[in-house]
This record gives sequence, C-alpha cells and structure tokens, in this order.
Amino acid sequence: MAGKIKVATTSLAGCFGCHMSFLDIDERILALAEIAEFDRSPLTDIKHCSDQVDIGLVEGGLCNAENVHTLREFRESCKILVAVGACAINGGLPAMRNHIPLQECLEESYLDAVGVENPQIPNDVELPLLLNKVHPIHEVVKVDYFLPGCPPSADVFWKFLTDLASGAEPSLPYELVHYD
Amino acid sequence: MTEHMLTIDGQRIPFTEGQTIIEAATAAGVYIPHLCHNPEFKPHGSCKLCTVKVNGRNCSACTFPAADGQEVLNNTQELNETRRTITQMLFIEGNHFCPSCEKSGNCQLQAVGYYLNMLDAHFPFFYPSREVDASHQEVMLDRDRCILCELCVRASRDVDGKNVFALSGRGINSHLIVNSTTGKLKDTDISVDDKAVHVCPVGAILIKRKGFEVPIGERIYDGQDIGQVSLEHEMPIVEEAEHGR
Amino acid sequence: MPSTPSDMKTIADIVARHDADPTRLVQILRDVQSTFRHIPAAVMDRLAAQLSIDRAQVQAVTEFYTFFSTEPRGRFDILISDSITDHMLGSREIAAYLCECLGVTPGQTRADGQVSVDFTSCTGMCEQGPAGLVNGYALTKLTRDRVERIVELVNDDTPVSQWPREFFAVKDNIHRADLVLGTKLQPGSALRWMFQRGLDSTLDEIAKSGLRGRGGAGFGTAMKWKFCREATGSAERFVVCNADEGEPGTFKDRVLLQSYAHQVFEGMTVCGAVIGARRGYLYLRGEYLYLHEPLNAVLAERRRAGLLGSNIIGRPDFEFDIEIRIGAGAYICGEESALIESMEGKRGVPRNRPPYPVTNGYLDQPTVVNNVETFAAAALIALKGGAWFSAAGTEKSKGTKILSIAGDCARPGIYEYPFGTTMAQILADCGGTGAMGLQIGGPSGIFIGAQEFERVLGFEDLPTGGSFMIFDQRRDVLEIVRNFTHFFAHESCGFCTPCRVGTSLLKNQLDKICAGHGGKADLAELKHISKLVRATSHCGLGQTAANPILSTLERFPEQYEQRLKAISFEPGFDLDGALEVARRMSGRDDAHAHLAQEA
Ligand SMILES: Cc1cc2nc3c(=O)[nH]c(=O)nc-3n(C[C@H](O)[C@H](O)[C@H](O)COP(=O)(O)O)c2cc1C
Ligand code: SF4
Ligand code: SF4
Ligand code: SF4
Ligand code: FES
Ligand code: FES
Repeated sequence: MAGKIKVATTSLAGCFGCHMSFLDIDERILALAEIAEFDRSPLTDIKHCSDQVDIGLVEGGLCNAENVHTLREFRESCKILVAVGACAINGGLPAMRNHIPLQECLEESYLDAVGVENPQIPNDVELPLLLNKVHPIHEVVKVDYFLPGCPPSADVFWKFLTDLASGAEPSLPYELVHYD
Repeated sequence: MTEHMLTIDGQRIPFTEGQTIIEAATAAGVYIPHLCHNPEFKPHGSCKLCTVKVNGRNCSACTFPAADGQEVLNNTQELNETRRTITQMLFIEGNHFCPSCEKSGNCQLQAVGYYLNMLDAHFPFFYPSREVDASHQEVMLDRDRCILCELCVRASRDVDGKNVFALSGRGINSHLIVNSTTGKLKDTDISVDDKAVHVCPVGAILIKRKGFEVPIGERIYDGQDIGQVSLEHEMPIVEEAEHGR
Repeated sequence: MPSTPSDMKTIADIVARHDADPTRLVQILRDVQSTFRHIPAAVMDRLAAQLSIDRAQVQAVTEFYTFFSTEPRGRFDILISDSITDHMLGSREIAAYLCECLGVTPGQTRADGQVSVDFTSCTGMCEQGPAGLVNGYALTKLTRDRVERIVELVNDDTPVSQWPREFFAVKDNIHRADLVLGTKLQPGSALRWMFQRGLDSTLDEIAKSGLRGRGGAGFGTAMKWKFCREATGSAERFVVCNADEGEPGTFKDRVLLQSYAHQVFEGMTVCGAVIGARRGYLYLRGEYLYLHEPLNAVLAERRRAGLLGSNIIGRPDFEFDIEIRIGAGAYICGEESALIESMEGKRGVPRNRPPYPVTNGYLDQPTVVNNVETFAAAALIALKGGAWFSAAGTEKSKGTKILSIAGDCARPGIYEYPFGTTMAQILADCGGTGAMGLQIGGPSGIFIGAQEFERVLGFEDLPTGGSFMIFDQRRDVLEIVRNFTHFFAHESCGFCTPCRVGTSLLKNQLDKICAGHGGKADLAELKHISKLVRATSHCGLGQTAANPILSTLERFPEQYEQRLKAISFEPGFDLDGALEVARRMSGRDDAHAHLAQEA
C-alpha cells in the first residue's frame, strides 16, 4: 500500500477492552506508526471520519440508535470494515439481555428497581434510544473482516494489520483464533 | 483373511467388518470433524459435521458403514467450508457467549470452530429464549448452549439406564427435556457420577462449582487442536471395540 | 384441567381401548386431545404410568405433532389449509373473515374456550378448496356464506356431528381413468389368482410389470418385496401402507382410499402373502380422519368375506389382518422410517440408513412400506399379470400414474395417464392451457416453465408422487416459492443441523428479499444456503427443501432480481421497528427517535 494506511476505530456497545488490547502491541506501536496513521478514534479524539479511511476497526455491537449511526458512518468512510471482538461479532455479553424483553429491562432499571428515586424512563432527545435487541454489526452493514476474541489479543491486531499493509490476504493461524 | 481397505483422501485405510467410516478413520489416525459422534455411544448422525464424500456422494462418516474400495474425501477445502457453515448454524441457533461460559477452552463446538478457522458466525443470530435449569444441587443444565446432539440422551439411556433426557418438539423448536413431572433436574434420579453428566460436548450440562478451574493456557484446546485431542482420546476406544468385535 | 375421578376414568378407558400398548401412543394422544382439547401435564404423568413408558416420551411426542397441544384449543378447533392452491382459491381471505366473525386471533383460543382458528399444512382437498378441518374432520369449499353458517353453529354450540353434511362432502373428481382406476377388481379375485399361480410366480409378475413405487422415490416394488421376503433371522414381517399423503398438492391416495379401498387392501394382502407377513398397517394421515370409519367398515367387510383374518379364501396356511394407525399432523411421517417411528409411538424422526426397513422396519422386523397407489396397482397386477401393466408407459417407467391436478385450470381433479404423456397433453385435457408454470411433484419436486411443456411424465424426466399444480400468468413465482419454503421450515423434524437451521434461514432470507430488503449479496446467500441444505441434510425433506428456490432461480432469475435493491446491504430486520418499545416507553417521536432502513 502506498503511503500510510489510515485507520479509524470506535467502540459501540463494547467495553473498550478491545481498544486496550490493541494498545497492548507495546513497542510494536512504533513500527505501526511507520505504516499507519489514526483517524477518528477514541485514541485521537477526532470526532468524525475523514472521507477516505482505509481500515475501520469497530468494537462492540449495536445496542442503540446512535450505535447504528456511528456504524453507518464507518461503513461509508472506510474501505475495509473490521468487526473486532466478540461483542461486534455476536453481540457479546451485552446481548445476554436479548432474551429479556426490552420493556422489562427498562422497567426493571428505571421504574421498579430497589433504590430508584424518581421513577421515570429517560426521555431526553439527546439520549439515544435502545434497540429491542443487541445486534452484531454484520446484521446492519456489510463487514469485510472479523477478528474474534474477547478481546482479540494484540498479536491478532498485529497480524491482521501487517498482513494488510504488506498486501497479503489477512488470515489468522490456529493459535490466534479465540472466542474468549 | 484378506484385509478390508478403503481410501481417505487417497490414503489407504484398513477397516474391519462392521466399522463405520469414522471408526476406520480414527483407528488409522485420520481425524474427521464431528460433534454428535462419540465412539463410546451408538452412532447418531444428526450434526452433519462429519460429512464426507463417499464415491462422490455426501455421507455422514459417523453412521455410514465402511466398505471395500470406497473412495472417501475428507480434508478438502469444499468439505471444510461446508463444515464451517454447519458450525456457524449451530452457533446462531443457540446463545453462545463464550467469554462467560465455563466450558470455554474445553468446548468441542468452539474447538471445531477454531479448527475450521471460523472467525464469525456469518448468519443473523436467532437469540432464542431457552430455559436454564439450575434446580439440581450439583448439575446445571443451560439449554442456551445445547446443540441437540443427544449424547446425554444416549448416555443416560444406554449407560446409566436412567433416561433422564430426551429431545422434544419439532424443527427449529426442538429442545432438550428432562424426564420428570416438573421437567426439572432436581426431580430426577440423575447423579453427578452419571455418564450423562460428563458427555456434553459443549457447556450445556455442567457440574456446579467446577467452573473456570483450569487457567487459560492450560485448557484442553489451548495447546492442541481438536483433531489431535480427539484422536488421542478416541483411538484407544475404537481399537478396543475392534478387538471386541 | 382434567383431574376429577371421571376424567381419570376417561383416560383409563382410552388407554384400555388401545390395550395399554405403548406403540399406540400417537393414537392414544389423539383420543386425549379430542376429549380434552389438549394434552394436560397431569395426563402426561398418568399416561406414562399406565403405559409404563417415560414421561419424557409422552411429552416429546405431544410436542412433535402439530395436532397436539399443551394449551387448550377451542371446543371447536378449526384449521385452515395453507397450501398454495388453497391460497389461490382465497383461503387467506376466508380465514380472515372467519376470525373476524368469530372474534379470534389465529393461533389463539377464544377467551370463552369455545373456538380456535389456525393454519395447517395442505389438507389434501386442493381441487375443492378453500379447505380446512374442524375437530379433525375435513371441510371443503369454504365460502363466505359457509363461514357465516359455521360461525352460527359454533356460537350456538351445535356439535360437529350435526353440522350440514354438505360442508364435509369430499368429491372424487376423477376425470381420466386408465389401468388402475378403470379396471374393476372383484374383492378376492386377485388373491385367488395369486394362490392359483403361486406366490413365486406372483412376485415374478410384479417384477415383469416393472412397477416402481408411486410414493415418490420409485424403488422397484418387486425388488423391495423380495428383499423383505429374504430377510433372515426375523420373528415377524410387516406390510405397511403409506397413506400419509402429505406432499402439498397430492390427493390421489385420498380418492383411492375413498373409492378403491378394496383394491388397496387386496394389494396389501397380496404383499402379505408374498413376503410372509401376518400383520399389515395402514398409516392414514390425520387430515383424512373422515376416512377412518369407512375404511374400518371395508376391513370388517373383508373379514366377513374371508379376505382377511385367518383361513383367508379357505387357505388354512394364510393368515393376515390390517389395522389402521392415524397420524397427527407431520409431513415428515410420510418418510418411511419416520412413519415407522411414529407407528412405534415416537417422534417422527427419520432413521439412519442402512439398515433399511426391508430388513429392520417396524419393531425392528423386516417391513415393506409402499404407497397406497403402489398397492392398488399391485393388486391388479396379481390379477391381470405383469404384461398387462407394462404394456403402458415407457422403457424406464412402466404403467400409469395417477395425478392430482389443482391450481389454475378449468377441470382440476384426478387424472390417470400412461407414463410418457407430455405436460402439454395433460394441460390440454384439464383446461390449463394458460399455464405459465407447473410445480411437478409438490414443493419437493420441481418448477418448470412454459418452454418445458413438451417434457414427459416419468422417472426419467418428470417424476411425481402425484402432485401437479398449475399456475397461470397472474401468479407471482416468488409468492409460490415463499409458501413452499415456509412449509418446509414448518415441517422440518429438527433432527439434523442443515435442515433444522437451514430451512429457517432460507425462510428468513427469502422473506427479506420478497419484502424488498435484499441486495445482490442476499441472493447469493440464498443460493449458498440452498445448496448446503440440499447437499448435507439427513433425509429427503431437507434434501429437497431448497428445490423450489433452486429450480425457480434457474428458470426465473429476473423474478428475484426485480426485488433486489440497488444498495449493497440492508438489515434483515426492521431497524426502526426495533426502536418502537423504547419510543413508546420514553414517549418520544422526534427525528432522533427513528432510524432509516438503509444508510
Ligand atoms: C419428507 C418425505 C415425505 C414423504 N411422504 C410420503 C407420502 O406421503 N406418501 C408416500 O407414499 N411416500 C412418501 N415418501 C416416500 C417414502 O419414504 C417411501 O419412499 C414410500 O412410501 C415407499 O413407497 P413406494 O415405493 O410404494 O413409493 C416421503 C418421503 C419423504 C422424504
Ligand atoms: S458452549 Fe462452547 S461455544 Fe457455546 S458458549 Fe460455551 S464455550 Fe462457547
Ligand atoms: S445437553 Fe449437551 S449432550 Fe445433551 S443434547 Fe445438549 S449439547 Fe448434547
Ligand atoms: S432433513 Fe430435515 S426432516 Fe430430514 S432428518 Fe434432517 S431435520 Fe429431519
Ligand atoms: S468489547 Fe471487545 S469483546 Fe466485547
Ligand atoms: S458426527 Fe456425524 S453427524 Fe454428527
């Protein structure tokens, strides 16, 4: 790839665990800086993707309307979109709420729970509305690659990005494939 | 006595009369991916992971009898892709959140996913509502992870002589039931030493208070892939059965 | 909840009536369901105890068959046939009208417990639909007038036995008879001939006739009988007549059983003599409950005439009798090994093969399973000889085939043709010349277009168990395919992964495309899943479940492409709808409270 690859990252319904793991590549981050630059990302504080991002790394699934908008922005801007981690790939732990109807979840959290003082469902227009179920991102946009793991190890990120940078079809050897 | 022979991926494999293809393969040290098959129990043939091509036709290796001259294809890209898709189907029809599952690292479904380089579940998830049965003192049944392989059914029936489990319902609504008036495990005569408690390939039947005992890195499939593990474990079983024949 | 002593007595009586025989579990549950309108948990315990089987087995069987329920259905339990041909005759509108007049929601029982309405797979009244069932009995030609009458009868609590006879009239509608339907068989005449000729040479005649199974697979009948006859080490052998006729669009077995029952039973008896069986069974689909009594009457008549029982036609060495077993709403039970499981009082799950039923069938004994029409033909062959039959038909497909023709034609009904007849000829005869396409062999068969109407009936070209559905220009190919695909997802037994999960995936994927939410990738995905389900499923159901999709994709790709969006991707679920609960609960409806389906 000519020039540096532009990478954007985001965390939707995730725990930042995948981002932390990404940073675990330690000193390799210097080598990475040689080949890549960061665009929109919690790591840079850039709020929106620039027009042409090469790789978008998405952590977390979709639990609300804002997640959907962010994901669509990523899909729009990124040539390659990558689902990173269990939550982006199958909803992960947040999706364990899926067998409880949303109505019950909201009632339990805001109306009925012990210690709730002013029982009311939040209705501020600034707050994103919750989706009935948490969805993995491939159910809403086309996803090009998947990096499994909860979180994927730093080696997974490294292998994936260096494969891409060298023009090879990214692949993960047996030792790097984990769902936990 | 002339030796019976078939070939798997071109390799000559001897077999004895009455063996299935998978038994012949296992005895010869060839791994055919499988989930509902366990050489200790009666062949079942439901998961279809062991699909092989026999003289050009798809067959389940775990139920199909070995026969002289069969040309079997096993470790081909096409078959492994098919198996990966079937594994993905098993993932999306249940609720598998490996990070919070006690079986993680020791789970055959997961291990088969690793073996087949399955990186995602591909299909939209069904997220079914399934019942968890924590009623028993020592045994836990989490149907979210059940892949309907009926190994517990077979073990309870054929080894324990108890018939604690059965499959019920139809089609996508098939589900595991427990043989008691309340439908709860606590009202059965299951015991933690029963074979049925120890055969679940996934984390659907678990022994309570045993979770996460083995540290990450030392779990069954952390170091070895399921092909190696399975041959190591199953080869002696098949060989013993062969001598018994 | 049945718990009173008299209820318990009722249950004990039902069990006693069935000799406390656990193989009759499906029959027993049918009686319980019709008495209590459901199978209550307490009854499951009771039955398990009285039959000495596991409670789990009782529950598993209850939850497998659609005619059983664990929640009470209405005292009048109405099911509307959901076959595509019923749709074309307006069944969906009729059902909506019925529900509206009765004040019920499909699938739910009215609060007063009086009535429930739901849909069910094809009831086999395709040429006289819209059709349905009330408390198990077939209703035909449902019109708005009839619906209004039914609503009155239900609300007045008039027992079904007192409803007007014409609501239950089932016509034969035979428009073309040939060898099988046109030859009169004197009850007993084939048996006499068989003994005169000898059993071996009777089997030879069947072989010479070239008769192949009429249930779909087309296995050589003489060969099957021979294998069973030669199976060793058995305590007993059995004859089973497969009258499950579940393939949508098939209704020829119904006509044979209604008007040619002697011939069918005589064929079974011939088979019994040839293979050395003493017991035969007719597995009748639950939808044909109305035939149960008349068929039993024919059996009684045959016993009286010395054609069944012991000492048949005066031969002390020949003993054979036939019993009827009734299904309970499961298409898969037409698959012979699933049928056998069902006859043994289990869920209808196909067995692994080998071994085949000819060596390990009912109760693990050698068993011949043949279709109704196969037995009807075999009886005549025993009487008239093999050459008489093989004179008709083609090289690979001897004799004639009975078709059930339904859909867009002037004269739907029963037509018997020699194999080798062209589609064009058949269409001309039944007044279906405006056809755009034909579904041959039911949903598990294939869909052909108008340019293929010179193709011929036969195992070598277009085989069919009897289903022959005609569609004209007004019909939407994808709607037809959607109906079939939903049918398979509903009927999958759930044993094997590719069919259990795959048929649901196909259904969802096709619905997505039909609803206009699919892109090119979705179509590729549809094809991919279809091929996998076809290639890896355990039995014929899964192996053919994708046929409607694959055969129309091949012939009418444009029909699919028209539905595709230009976009590359859209969710398969309703995104904005997924915010509905949150909107309602927060009382919001602002712009941020909505999502567009596409980016
Ligand atoms: C899903 C499925 C449904 C079937 N349904 C029927 C049926 O309703 N009637 C029938 O005669 N055969 C049916 N068959 C075929 C039977 O398995 C079996 O081949 C047939 O009864 C044998 O009889 P024959 O040789 O006289 O055709 C079905 C097969 C499958 C796979
Ligand atoms: S059973 Fe296996 S695949 Fe399922 S969640 Fe547990 S570890 Fe993961
Ligand atoms: S509980 Fe385990 S052993 Fe039993 S059917 Fe489910 S996956 Fe198989
Ligand atoms: S193909 Fe379908 S119907 Fe046949 S065994 Fe498999 S799940 Fe059951
Ligand atoms: S946020 Fe990384 S796996 Fe859940
Ligand atoms: S291992 Fe053979 S079908 Fe499951």
